[in-house]
Amino acid sequence: MKFLRRQLDRIAPLFEEGGRLQKLYPLYEALDSFLYSPGTRTATAPHVRDANDLKRTMITVVIALTPVTLWTLFNTGWQAMLADRAYADAVAAGFTTGNVLTATLIGLKAFLPLYLVTIAVGGAIETVFAVVRKHDINEGFLVTSLLFPLILPPTLPLWQAALGITFGVLIGKEIFGGTGMNVLNPALTGRAFLFFAYPGEISGEVWRLMPGDPGRLVDGVSGATTLARWYEGAVPGSDHSWWEAFVGLTPGSMGETSTLLCLVGALILILSKVGSWRIMLGCLLGLVTVGSLLNLFAVNSYMAVPWYWHLVVGGFAFGAVFMATDPVSAAQTDLGRWIYGFLIGALVLLVRVLNPAYPEGMMLAILFMNVFAPTIDHFVTRANVRRRQRRLGLQ
Amino acid sequence: MELFNLFLKATFIENMALAFFLGMCSFLAVSKKVETAIGLGAAVVFVLTVTTPLNHLIHQLLLAPGALTWVSPSLATVDLSFLSFIAYIATIAAVVQIVEMTIDRFSPKLYAALGVFLPLIAVNCAILGGSLFMEQREYDLPQSLVYGFGAGFGFFLAIVALASIRERLKYSNVPPGLRGLGITFLTTGLMAMGFMIFAGIRL
Repeated sequence: MKFLRRQLDRIAPLFEEGGRLQKLYPLYEALDSFLYSPGTRTATAPHVRDANDLKRTMITVVIALTPVTLWTLFNTGWQAMLADRAYADAVAAGFTTGNVLTATLIGLKAFLPLYLVTIAVGGAIETVFAVVRKHDINEGFLVTSLLFPLILPPTLPLWQAALGITFGVLIGKEIFGGTGMNVLNPALTGRAFLFFAYPGEISGEVWRLMPGDPGRLVDGVSGATTLARWYEGAVPGSDHSWWEAFVGLTPGSMGETSTLLCLVGALILILSKVGSWRIMLGCLLGLVTVGSLLNLFAVNSYMAVPWYWHLVVGGFAFGAVFMATDPVSAAQTDLGRWIYGFLIGALVLLVRVLNPAYPEGMMLAILFMNVFAPTIDHFVTRANVRRRQRRLGLQ
Repeated sequence: MELFNLFLKATFIENMALAFFLGMCSFLAVSKKVETAIGLGAAVVFVLTVTTPLNHLIHQLLLAPGALTWVSPSLATVDLSFLSFIAYIATIAAVVQIVEMTIDRFSPKLYAALGVFLPLIAVNCAILGGSLFMEQREYDLPQSLVYGFGAGFGFFLAIVALASIRERLKYSNVPPGLRGLGITFLTTGLMAMGFMIFAGIRL
């Protein structure tokens, strides 16, 4: 470790004021602060002594995402094996060690290229902006670049992933000044862009192509996602049991399937106080409330689907835990977080059940509430100011 | 129930500002502060709620083909609908004038803040758009009242949301070339993407 530190110190003068590579300082700084705690101190007030900084916060999110990511690798491959007739014999044997390994390998072949493209393209944009606009390359990008491939279908063409992350990082974040200053969640912005620009590749029949094996059509059954099947009138439980959906053995965008591991992530985020439990609970409350209301007035089979089924299918759990809690684009007051979360949960169900245009509403529900989060905050703060003024007799 | 659906449709699905991009001039210009945005939004709600049914009456009683039959049966073939634009604008301008005088009398502060944009409501395309949609879709009187209110409320929501975002953007480090209107246009586009959530709902 000392060797690394010495090497870094040796090249440091190149990048500092007056050095030959002064323009590339953000690159050096990113590497240095990624490997070691920065030794620089703030010169002026306010001084806050806390071990937690943006870097730790972001790394905690990456840690919370790790179980989901590992599951993604397995389940993506497993779903591909289920869809492809060539693996029919192997699948019949169940979860043998060999099957798990094969599935993980297929999943890796699907996930890794998307992830690498995201890192490379998004990272390049981030670096160019950091150099030109003289801000630091932020660890926040690690989170965005991991979240983005997780919410993509495994068979998305790589150039589309590149286009999506470009839009997300550029329009969603960098034009507002970088990390902490954006309005919408960058990963979701990129996905929404792809969703509207190339609807054919991002939703519906996800398994037309073999993941990681471009050009080869799946020789077998291609299954739509559970939500699309419900919209066609399928009864919950006809394709897979509740427990299967809860654990995550269902087709869908890569990272969204496992509610169980999202809950593990939620636990990490809540215990480390990185994610807001108010938002997560608010989402759940909104889902339960609107779900029960729809059940009461059900006129078709979809409206009668109970809320605990909605909880485990689609991107609800993933979105509520990792997307809605994004501290930048979410509401920032405590009461505001309850309202924000509740409305997300409510909107998701309304879109799923009542909007025939989209099978899933989590992405747009979060983006929509991102738009209104500053409004909620504004009115919550105003109400607080008024209450205090009244208490002090100023009004 | 049908009227309530119409209200939801006018407010969210066919949001004047973020689905049709009507009334952009005042939407972009008067959204720097939440307080003024609320003021302008309220004025738009009021003007739309009043002018849409008013223009409906004008259309039905004066301008539509054969509308003048109630004056004299010999006028049954008269079709004055080519006058609809100018008649609607005149109504809107008159109502705006009344609103302007009222605001000047009761809230000089808001009057000063709204400045030139209050008279500009008279030529705000969102408001003329409300009347024209009403004519095109052949709403009856209660429907045009609800539609006018819903469209106005949608504009109100959108402009208040934009103003809150812009108040927050004060702390953002926007590239110099994009400061002001540039970033506001981009923000409006991103907001419209969020509003796509309602596209496709049939009520």
